[in-house]
Amino acid sequence: MTFFFEVLIGGLLAGVMYSLVALGFVLIYKASGVFNFAQGAMVFFAALTFVGVQEQFGLSFWPAFAVALGAMVLLGVLTEKIVLRPLVNQPQITLFMVTIGLAFFIEGLAQLVWGTNVYPLNLGIRDEPIEAILENFDMVISRFDLVAALVAGVLVAVLAVFFQVTKIGRALRAVADDHQAALSVGIPLKTIWAIVWSVAGFVALVAGLMWGARNGVQFALTFVALKALPVLILGGFASVLGAVVGGLIIGALEKLAAVYIDPPIRGGIESWFAYVAALLFLLVRPEGLFGERRIDRV
Amino acid sequence: MSAPLLSVNNIEVIYDHVILVLKGVSLTVEQGRIVALLGANGAGKTTTLKAISNLLRSERGEVTKGYIEYRGARIDRLTPWELVKLGVVQVMEGRHCFQHLTVEENLLTGAFTRSANRAEIRRDLEKVYDYFPRLQQRRKSQAGYTSGGEQQMTAIGRALMAKPSMILLDEPSMGLAPQVVEEIFGIVRDLNQKEGVSFLLAEQNTNTALRFAEYGYILENGRVVMDGPARDLANNEDVKEFYLGLSGAGRKSFRDAKHYRRRKRWLA
Repeated sequence: MTFFFEVLIGGLLAGVMYSLVALGFVLIYKASGVFNFAQGAMVFFAALTFVGVQEQFGLSFWPAFAVALGAMVLLGVLTEKIVLRPLVNQPQITLFMVTIGLAFFIEGLAQLVWGTNVYPLNLGIRDEPIEAILENFDMVISRFDLVAALVAGVLVAVLAVFFQVTKIGRALRAVADDHQAALSVGIPLKTIWAIVWSVAGFVALVAGLMWGARNGVQFALTFVALKALPVLILGGFASVLGAVVGGLIIGALEKLAAVYIDPPIRGGIESWFAYVAALLFLLVRPEGLFGERRIDRV
Repeated sequence: MSAPLLSVNNIEVIYDHVILVLKGVSLTVEQGRIVALLGANGAGKTTTLKAISNLLRSERGEVTKGYIEYRGARIDRLTPWELVKLGVVQVMEGRHCFQHLTVEENLLTGAFTRSANRAEIRRDLEKVYDYFPRLQQRRKSQAGYTSGGEQQMTAIGRALMAKPSMILLDEPSMGLAPQVVEEIFGIVRDLNQKEGVSFLLAEQNTNTALRFAEYGYILENGRVVMDGPARDLANNEDVKEFYLGLSGAGRKSFRDAKHYRRRKRWLA
């Protein structure tokens, strides 16, 4: 039984890492109704900028974090100015296509500026079992995973409050529902979009740091975004809470499947189980656990 | 005579650089009036309103000639939110509530451009609820699940939260039961009289609009073909025949050449 819980908790904590990435998608989807294909590229760009300035200028954590955050905000504002503003009121598929282009652009830009090397990233959190838990419960829980979970928890709480309570948050949700109506009541779309892309950039930076610290900062970070897809399908594209719960479920399912189902079939189940689970879930509840139901008046 | 609250001067609107929709529309709205903008489908009512509220640009429309003044100052180069800040708000055709927000949240978004404090906003919210008691009952439900009439009320209430002095109201009667239409127009008149909000009202429901408005413009094919005090319009033989479905000679046959010629002369 201890082993089961160890796997479960390990899975949940790993799932938090997926949630971190999924959050970025949710933010932009909520505010513009667009699936931002470039989110993975943003994670990569953020992490690379962080280690890049650390390496080049020998900055310590916080200054480097500030620079990377600045870069992400700049990227967000420029995206709004150059890419989104001319496309107000265009069909969603147009906006989606634009984000695909944006993904390639950001990936290219990141590598143009910082090169294509794999950088190690050390946040000073050791990826080793927490001794107290190992002694008392006989379980191996990584300190790093636990910190990542805490960071994600704080981030989610802040975002949830931001969306539900503040005036800007309400405006963000309004924009997501109806661009034209938002314009008509005097919500400045450009400001809102710049804000939301900047916040998504911030989330991408946090996700990039966590994933970079685990796997090294390299091009493969962009594929982390693919793991966020089943999380979003499960949790719902427009729900911050959904991103978290979806991440937890996917993480736990993946690890449990790898331990309990994989041995007999030996199919490398950990890499594809999440997608199958999401596919099945899609049949039952297409809007996700916490997604917004489509409201149609008949 | 002082400058009118709003004046539209001979504007021409082109969509997508080729489609000429308005061919020189002029109208004025005096302070504290309800002015109706009437006409059939595609006459250019909505385009006129959107030209004023500057929502045209997001639809690839452009005012290519003429100019629009509000309190004597040009407004045709402002952004929609600058305009809302000045006190001109459009309530769009088809209501356009934020479906996933609650009714109350919808109303609160209307106050986005204001830098008022919480208590002030709260007070205005209560005021909107006074005018629309039904919204108070439904304040916690998602706007998408409320009835058409309630959504129209939400949309008007949302506009009120911006403390406008002028509301551009686009087809409030669309898809609503006559009784609800009556209720909503009644509230519009109340708002006009008690809050001093001026209305420019685009309507196809000529009959109702002329009962509540003081002055009217009739738009056909992107031109104003007639204007005058609402009472005169309602009694005009042509208006009666073409828009109110009434005529002196009982039922009309559309094969009747006389009707056809008269209609043609009207549109020319």
